[in-house]
Amino acid sequence: MNNETYTFTNKTRNFTFALMAIGLISIIAGFAQPSPEDQHTRIWANLLINGYFFMGIGLLATFFMALQYVAEVAWSVAVKRVYEAVSCYLPVGASIMFLLILAGQFHFHHLWQWMDPAVTDKTSPKYDALIAHKHTWLNPAFFWTRTIAYLVIWNLFQRGFRNRSLEEDLQGGTAIHYKNMGKGALFLVFFAVTSSTSAWDWMMSLDVHWFSTMYGWYAFSGMWISAMTTIMLTVLFLKRKGYLPQVNQSHIHDIGKWMFAVSFLWSYLWFCQFMLIWYTNIPEEIVYFHDRLAKYGYMGLMWTVFFMNFAFPMVLLMSRDAKRNYYFLVIVGTIILIGHWLDVYDMVMPATVKGDHQLGWIEIGTCMGFVGLLIFVVHKSLAKAPLTVQKHPYLDESLHHQY
Amino acid sequence: MSNITIHAIFDDEVPLLASAKTLRSNGIRIKDVFSPFPVHGLDEVIGLPRTWIAICAFIYGLTGLSLATLMMWYMMIHDWPTDIGGKPSFAYFMNVPAFIPITFESTVLCAAHGMAITFYLRCWLVPGAKPKNPDPRTTDDKFMMVIETKEENRSNLEAMLRKDGAIEINNNNFKYRN
Repeated sequence: MNNETYTFTNKTRNFTFALMAIGLISIIAGFAQPSPEDQHTRIWANLLINGYFFMGIGLLATFFMALQYVAEVAWSVAVKRVYEAVSCYLPVGASIMFLLILAGQFHFHHLWQWMDPAVTDKTSPKYDALIAHKHTWLNPAFFWTRTIAYLVIWNLFQRGFRNRSLEEDLQGGTAIHYKNMGKGALFLVFFAVTSSTSAWDWMMSLDVHWFSTMYGWYAFSGMWISAMTTIMLTVLFLKRKGYLPQVNQSHIHDIGKWMFAVSFLWSYLWFCQFMLIWYTNIPEEIVYFHDRLAKYGYMGLMWTVFFMNFAFPMVLLMSRDAKRNYYFLVIVGTIILIGHWLDVYDMVMPATVKGDHQLGWIEIGTCMGFVGLLIFVVHKSLAKAPLTVQKHPYLDESLHHQY
Repeated sequence: MSNITIHAIFDDEVPLLASAKTLRSNGIRIKDVFSPFPVHGLDEVIGLPRTWIAICAFIYGLTGLSLATLMMWYMMIHDWPTDIGGKPSFAYFMNVPAFIPITFESTVLCAAHGMAITFYLRCWLVPGAKPKNPDPRTTDDKFMMVIETKEENRSNLEAMLRKDGAIEINNNNFKYRN
């Protein structure tokens, strides 16, 4: 079997270093900016947007990997190393998330209003009956148990999949494959619950007075489409550089179908959440959209998100030829990634900086830094192992994949 | 010399595809192929033009979308404006999120039914239509290629088909309509 390895060239490496430098400068500049009561909410909120968005890419690549094992998918084996490499961002993204939440717990920032002990203290002037009512779920001990459980268990699964995949290259046979299937099923069960609960804990609790039963799936589908798009763009990049000769148009077409389908899943959940809340117009639910659409002026952003994440992918990716065209896919992929980053921005900003939002060079610079970090980690992992798995039981079938 | 119709039976898709390629490269026109399941890549090999069904589906979808919009605008805005849950009913766009599910359903309904009906009519799969399949075995596990040719080419063609793996070659007078 083709055992070609990816070379992480100095040019690409320097490019990611440049991006990361821009990110670092933006973060430092963000902290250096004067801010009321020295809270620096803007830059902390930015870090949370990027921490969550990019961790989601690594996490959902892990999910996709588990899904491929459990469903015994054959076609995707040819690009297995690519989504495996994307999943290798998970440990990095999870560490960043962990540090951000830790900073919140020690009150370096106040993104999570409920983390302030005063809000549940009846004698305090800051006492908030609604938050006190949620104390059973949102109390530090239980919250930290959950947070650590998600991050550690997700990472253990990711590491296991990756290590077994590398081992399979040397060993062959079907024992590892069946083990992966079992572990994949376990991961899917665990992830079915934790994908929602982690979104409630880290994202929905920013708007702590509000809740939505659709939020978990909405966050999950947004991360999923970002992960599929990252996988697609990495495959296209490698093809462009002359790697992955065994990946044909049919493989690309199939990843394109995933992008198209998950775009619809996200649109469906995003719209349902909005429409049901808008239509019933109950005060405790409408507050989320009232903040965004009326109070703090995020109307333009929400329309942009709608067009970038639903209308463009739908129209541009509908036809068969578009899903097989390099330029189309790169353009639509970029639109989708930016659109979903803006969607996470729309989750975080109205709850944290509220009306004081701006999409300036600090936001863009921080995002560029994280893009650099993601590319760096993914390409480093790509370079560590042959770009094609060597002895996967379905490898041969995948190489003949044709539709 | 008269025209004859040759029915070549294959028991697998691989020799069928190979044989179709040989015939086409020799300039022989394949009239049709009957198979128990869709064979990927066959339509290109036997030189069928690309289907228009996708464009039809798009037009049917647009029709469904327009019909639903017109219906809801007429009912909810124009003819009998109703205040539901305090939502403004003065103009269509003010209430548009509430109309989206119906618009979507109607688009899908019209596109799907339009496609199916177009397909049936185009293939003339209507009640009382005469079966067009010359050999019922092609609905089970056999593949059949239909070639129209001249009597003098017959032996040459049969040799070519046999070489590529046809298991049976018939020349019957089934009334084949297209």
